[in-house]
Amino acid sequence: MSFVEYGDTIKDGDTAIVFLGHESMFPVKVQHGTVTQTKYGVIRHSTDLIGKKYGSKVTCSKGGWVFILHPTPELWTMNLPHRTQILYSTDISIITMMLELKPGSIVCESGTGSASLSHALIRTVAPTGHLYTVEFHQQRAEKAREEFREHGVEHLVTVTNQDVCKNGFGVSNIADAVFLDIPSPWEAIGHAKSALKAEGGRICSFSPCIEQVQRTCLAMEEYGFTEINTLEILLRVYNVRTISLQIPDLGKAAEDNSSTGFDSSNPSHQGSPCANLQQGTVQFKSGVPLREVVGHTGYLTFATKS
Amino acid sequence: AMEGGPGARIREGDCAVLKRDEVFKAVSVLRRRKIIFEKQWFYLDNAIGHIYGTTFEVTSGGNLQPKQEVEETTTETKEAGTDNRNIVDDGKSQKLTHDDIKALKDKGIKGQEIVQQLIENSTTFRDKTEFAQDKYIKKKKKKYEAVITIVKPSTRILSTMYYAREPGKINHLRYDTLAQMLTLGNIHAGNKMIVMETCSGLVLGAVMERMGGYGSIIQMYPGGGPVRAATSCFGFPKPFFDNLHEFPLSKVQSLLSGTFTTETLPADPEENALVEEESNGLTEEKQTSPQETEEEPTPEAAMEINPTEEQDAMDVNAEDVEFKENKEKENKENVREKQIKQWERRKKLLEAAALLREKNADGLIVASKFHPTPLLLSLLEFVAPSRPFVVYCQYKEPLLDCYTKLRERGGVINLKLSETWLRNYQVLPDRSHPKLTMSGGGGYLLSGITVVLDKGKSESSNSEALKMEEPSSKRCKLQDLPC
Repeated sequence: MSFVEYGDTIKDGDTAIVFLGHESMFPVKVQHGTVTQTKYGVIRHSTDLIGKKYGSKVTCSKGGWVFILHPTPELWTMNLPHRTQILYSTDISIITMMLELKPGSIVCESGTGSASLSHALIRTVAPTGHLYTVEFHQQRAEKAREEFREHGVEHLVTVTNQDVCKNGFGVSNIADAVFLDIPSPWEAIGHAKSALKAEGGRICSFSPCIEQVQRTCLAMEEYGFTEINTLEILLRVYNVRTISLQIPDLGKAAEDNSSTGFDSSNPSHQGSPCANLQQGTVQFKSGVPLREVVGHTGYLTFATKS
Repeated sequence: AMEGGPGARIREGDCAVLKRDEVFKAVSVLRRRKIIFEKQWFYLDNAIGHIYGTTFEVTSGGNLQPKQEVEETTTETKEAGTDNRNIVDDGKSQKLTHDDIKALKDKGIKGQEIVQQLIENSTTFRDKTEFAQDKYIKKKKKKYEAVITIVKPSTRILSTMYYAREPGKINHLRYDTLAQMLTLGNIHAGNKMIVMETCSGLVLGAVMERMGGYGSIIQMYPGGGPVRAATSCFGFPKPFFDNLHEFPLSKVQSLLSGTFTTETLPADPEENALVEEESNGLTEEKQTSPQETEEEPTPEAAMEINPTEEQDAMDVNAEDVEFKENKEKENKENVREKQIKQWERRKKLLEAAALLREKNADGLIVASKFHPTPLLLSLLEFVAPSRPFVVYCQYKEPLLDCYTKLRERGGVINLKLSETWLRNYQVLPDRSHPKLTMSGGGGYLLSGITVVLDKGKSESSNSEALKMEEPSSKRCKLQDLPC
C-alpha cells in the first residue's frame, strides 16, 4: 500500500480505513499483534487484517462487521487527525484542475497544516513530480513529515519549517504551480512568483474572507499575474429517499349520491384515518438536500504567471 | 522535463487554444490557414516559435504580432465626477460618428488609439465616476483592441471551452463537476481505469492527463467506435495512446457470460468512426487520414483481373499494361492491408477483453447520455474491491434509480449523490461582488467505493442497511466552519 499506488492485500505497516457505516470510519495503522476496538467488537490485526484483500468484510468479536478500505487522499481527508482547519475534497478538486496539476508537476504549498491538500497534491503529481510544502509551525511540520513517511510518499515531498511570507518556499524558478492557504497570502505573492518557473505557471490562494481576497488580488496584479479569477465552489449532497405524499380529499364527485362534497370535507372527518385517503398516496424517489450544509469554505483566487 | 509544461513553444502541427477574454477556441497550428475567431480572421504563421501564453495583436492582413507591454491609456491627470445626477442620456455624448470610427478602423489605426479617441470625444467621460470610467474603458478595449492569447490545451481550458461553446456535446458536464469526478475517482498515474463516456472524449482526455501516460485505460464505447474529438485537442504525445484500449459496449454481456468471441465483431464501415466521428467546429479541420478513405475493390477494378479482358489488355501499349498491373497490385495490397488492419483490430480487442476479464480495474468513470443503471450494474463487475467509481448524469432522477439498484445489488459502500455549485466573483477595490450570472446546472454525480460482494448473502446486516434511511440530521455532521 501507498497513497500513490494501489495494493491488493493488507500488509503490516499499512494505513487502512475501517469503514463502519455511512460517514462513520477511521484510519488504523496495521501492525502485527495489535488490536483495534470498534463498536462491533475487536479487530485483531494479525488474523483479521494482514493478508486479507482490501475491500473485505471483516467480522469483529461481537459478530458485527466492518469493511477495510484501501487509503486514498479523499478517505484520508475525511479521517485525518486535525491539527488545523483543513481543505475538503470539493475545493481540492477544483484547485487541482485549475492549477493544471498532473504527473510530473512541481508544486509549492503553504501552509502544510494538517496535510489534507498535500496528500491529494502528491497523489496527482506522482511518480515524477514533487511537492515543496512550507509550514511555519514546527510541530505541525514534523507531524506531516511523519505521516508522509508512514504513507509511503516521503520521496515525493519536501517539508520545510519556515515562514513563507518572510523566507519564501526555499526554492526558486522550479514550480509549475503554487498554492497558498495562509492568513496573509498577499505577503507571499512575491515569493510565489519567484518559486514559479521563469517561463510561467499557475497560482491559487484560498481565503475565507473577502478582504483577504481583495488584498491578494491587488498583490497579484502588482506582481504581473494575469487571468486573475476568484471563485467559490459549494457541495450539495442529496439523501435518496422514498417519499409518499397523500392525495387530498376534495370531496366525492357530483354523481356519487351517497355523500356530498360538503359532507366529506366536514372537519370531523379530517385527521381520522380514512380508507380513501390511505389508498390515495403517491410514492416517488427523491434526492432530498441535507437539512444543513456547508455554505462557505473559502474563496479561491487563481492567476497565471506568464 | 515534462512535455507541454510552461515555457513550451508553439510548433507547427500543435493543438493549441486561442483565448480572448473568457472565450476559447481549439485549433491546429498550420501555416497559411485562415482562422476565424471572435469576428476576426488571421493566420497563425507568425505565432510559431513563440512561447505558449504569448498575447498577440492582429494586424492588417491577418498577421499576428506579439503585443507590447501597454502604457496606461489614461496618462493625463485624472478627473472624475462623484455621481451621475447631471448625466443625461441624450445619445449625443459621443462626438465621433459610426462612420468616423469605421474610417479610423479602415485606416488600420491601432485599437488602443481608437479607444483613446473615443474617450477624448466623449463629453460625459469626465463627469463619470472613476469606476464608471474604468468600466467604459474596459468595454471599449474589449471591442476595439484585437488581441488574442495562444495557450497550451489542458483539462482546465478544454473543459471550460466545451462547457461554454458546446455543452450539448458533453452532456452539460460543467468543469467543476469534471474536477470532482477526477478527484472522487482517485485518478492518478499507474491506475487501470475503465472509462465509459459520450462527452466527445473530453472525460477520456481529462483522465489521460491525470494519468500522464502511466497505467492503462479501457474505453467502453457505444456504436461503431469511440468518439475522441475532444481528446485530440489535448495534443497528447504518442506514448499516451500505447495503453489506451477500447472495447465495444455491445460485447459486455457476452464477456461477462463467457461467450465472447471476436467473430461477431461490428462490421468494418464503423471503424471509420473510430478516430473522429464529429469535428464539432472546435478544431479547424477534420483529420481524415488517407487509410480511412480506402474502399472495397470497385467493380471496375474487379473487371481488370477478369480473364475476358485479357484480349484487350494485349492490344494496349506497354504503359497501360504497367498501369493496370500497378493498379492490380495496389488492389491486392489494399485487401491485404485491410486484412492486417482487421487482424490488428481483433488483437487489440482481445487485449482489451483480457484486461477486463481480470476484473481488477482501479476505478470506473461513467459520463454518458445513456441511462446509468445498466452501465453501472454491468461495468462494476470489472472493478476490483476497495476502488472508487463515479457516475455523471445531467439529470438527478436516473441517479436516484441507480442508487437504489446498486443498494439492491450490494458490493458498494459510501454511496453519495451530489452536485456542485460554482460562483464567480468580481474582485475590484470597493466593487467586489458575485458575478451577475452563474450556471444553473452542471449535472449530478453518484460516487461510491466497491467492496467484496458476498454472493447469495443479502447485505442487510448491521451498519449500512440500517443507516440507509436514517434521518439526515443524525447522519450529516457539519464540517467545521472556517474562521
